[in-house]
Amino acid sequence: MKDNIFKINEKEYILPGSRACQGCGLSLAYRHLLKALREDTIITLPASCLCVLHGLYPITPVTIPTLNTTFASTAASASGIAAGLAALNKTDITVVAIAGDGSTYDMGIQSLSGAAERNTDFIFVCYDNEGYMNTGTQRSSATPLGATTTTTPIVPKQDNKKDFIKIMEAHDLPYLATTSPSYPIDLYDKFVKAKRIKGTRYMHIYSPCPPGWGYPTKDTIRIGKLAVETGIVVLCEIENGKFRFTGRSKTLSKKGKKLPVINYVERQGRFKKMSIEQLNTLQTWVDTRWNEYLRRAEE
Amino acid sequence: MSDVRIITGNEAASLGVKLCEPKVVAAYPITPQSALAETLSRYVEGGELKAEYVRVEGEHSALTVCISASTVGARVFTATSSNGLLYMHEQLHWAAGSRLPIVMCCVNRGVGAPWSIFNDQQDSISQRDTGWIQMYCRDNQEIIDSMIQAYRIAEEVYVPVMICYDGFVLSHTMMPVTIPDIESVRKFLPPYKPHTILSPEDPRTINSVLLPVRRANPEGVLCDGYMEMRYKLQAALDQSRDVIRKANELFAHTFGRNHGGMLWEYMTDDADLILTGMGSIAAEATVAADILRAEGVKAGVVGIRVFRPFPKDDVITAFGHAKAIVVFEKGISYGYEGALCSDLKAAFFGTDSKAPIHNYIAGLGGRDVKPRELVEAGKTTLAAVEAGRMNHEIKWLNCYTG
Repeated sequence: MKDNIFKINEKEYILPGSRACQGCGLSLAYRHLLKALREDTIITLPASCLCVLHGLYPITPVTIPTLNTTFASTAASASGIAAGLAALNKTDITVVAIAGDGSTYDMGIQSLSGAAERNTDFIFVCYDNEGYMNTGTQRSSATPLGATTTTTPIVPKQDNKKDFIKIMEAHDLPYLATTSPSYPIDLYDKFVKAKRIKGTRYMHIYSPCPPGWGYPTKDTIRIGKLAVETGIVVLCEIENGKFRFTGRSKTLSKKGKKLPVINYVERQGRFKKMSIEQLNTLQTWVDTRWNEYLRRAEE
Repeated sequence: MSDVRIITGNEAASLGVKLCEPKVVAAYPITPQSALAETLSRYVEGGELKAEYVRVEGEHSALTVCISASTVGARVFTATSSNGLLYMHEQLHWAAGSRLPIVMCCVNRGVGAPWSIFNDQQDSISQRDTGWIQMYCRDNQEIIDSMIQAYRIAEEVYVPVMICYDGFVLSHTMMPVTIPDIESVRKFLPPYKPHTILSPEDPRTINSVLLPVRRANPEGVLCDGYMEMRYKLQAALDQSRDVIRKANELFAHTFGRNHGGMLWEYMTDDADLILTGMGSIAAEATVAADILRAEGVKAGVVGIRVFRPFPKDDVITAFGHAKAIVVFEKGISYGYEGALCSDLKAAFFGTDSKAPIHNYIAGLGGRDVKPRELVEAGKTTLAAVEAGRMNHEIKWLNCYTG
């Protein structure tokens, strides 16, 4: 992995003119993950922000072959591509399914669990912008506690988000990793590594969303960094069950100190109705998970 | 020497699949389709069929796997029944909209609630408007033969084909079937040539978002909008009638069995009374016609083999001279009548045919229908016509309606 650090593939696979929003975290992450995956890749994606980024027929800014599929079927679509390629002896192509949290945590969980249980040879990427952003910021099961959305407009969300890494880890995958567009080299390296591994690989991108989260478009990188600094997001990888912190989270785990979650929460409009009790609950949720990870890193 | 075996409908379908050599099979078991999914697993694991078999976690995924595998260039197969087909509904549209030549078996079964595992055709009838070609088989021979024809048809017009056969009545009933030889099948069915192959060699985004208007590509050429693509799907289904007829003729020429193309006829030449239906009930109607003939009634049968595209011209020729028509249907468009009955009336509208059409909803959820009951239905209809009652009627056969 080391030989790739600071040697990011210079080729661009997204040409200028994508239809993503200004300040979109996903488009930054997508740019770098495509650089890591390179040309010999086929992508499948559901109705989503990424579908919008791919543009309107007959024009697309993306130069990687892509198949659109329905909301519940992203991983099944990857299974079909992988099966078709295997049957035709095209074994040198990386199959990538990439979906938002809505079609990962919610409607797509069945086909994802099925494909993962079959250890389908593909990379599943969830870009988690913590809500149904493409349809206008509605609540998903990835929306954090205390956030208002257009379907939790008055009473902010009362439940913690699902721990999706735990769910995917329970499938005994060879490789899982979390990433953030604020740390593109960490993201790039993890996708380079994922491409070399066989079987189902699960990649999580915490993807800040200016219109959905309510912060200025210039702050995407900062919000992504604050998420890591506060432990809301933990950069890590789990390879054959072995947990390891990476990047800034690794530094935080060894020395330094997490910032309180208020530093992350106070910069986003979606948390403006959050109660003190909810803030404390969120802090406890973050601390509990952080301590769990610290214990696992020492094992 | 011909290879004749006494086998079930599911076995005939399995052998048909094997002869067509799909590269990817994805299926989820459901009664009465299960034996088909199991037999294909055995073929693949035993090396008799060189294909990837994806044992998916549900029918929505089964069809998705077929859609995606077909998009990268593989011939594919899936099969289901009843609620499994309904669970695929979204992907049925997606497959047809993507113009993929997928072949699927629907082993017809009643739809819940309440649960029934037994036969009727409400499952496939309710998927009528998804853009698939639908073929209904009358016996096990027709299942294996239709399978081979279906791939040829689908791959010529780029429209998916659903081969429907009645659960238990055919799927679990053994009858003699002549198995075509593989070399003749390979000659009849050329290798699959996809219209587009998703590949890094020719990167493109497939099925992206369309606006209501047509848009130009970077070269300035106006490309199809959503509506033009929909028109082309309809045009392909219209065009497929000829393709279906020709495939049937070529098949008859090659293998010596003629299943009738869009429809088949039994003693219709001089028939005053024509019984009609789809699938095994149409085959049973031929027994009823024999009985009626023995009793002096000039009866015949038209079996509707292809329901979509509807054989609109073929039915006018086939039914044109009948004095009375009885339609037996194992399904209904709730709030109106049997879907086949409506389509027949629409096809006859404006023609010389003034025959009253009596629609019998029959055999729902596996309710037994005996040839004698079809005979009685036919006689009742004929008596009504002879008494000068020319109105259309809808009745439920063997149903205690209180």
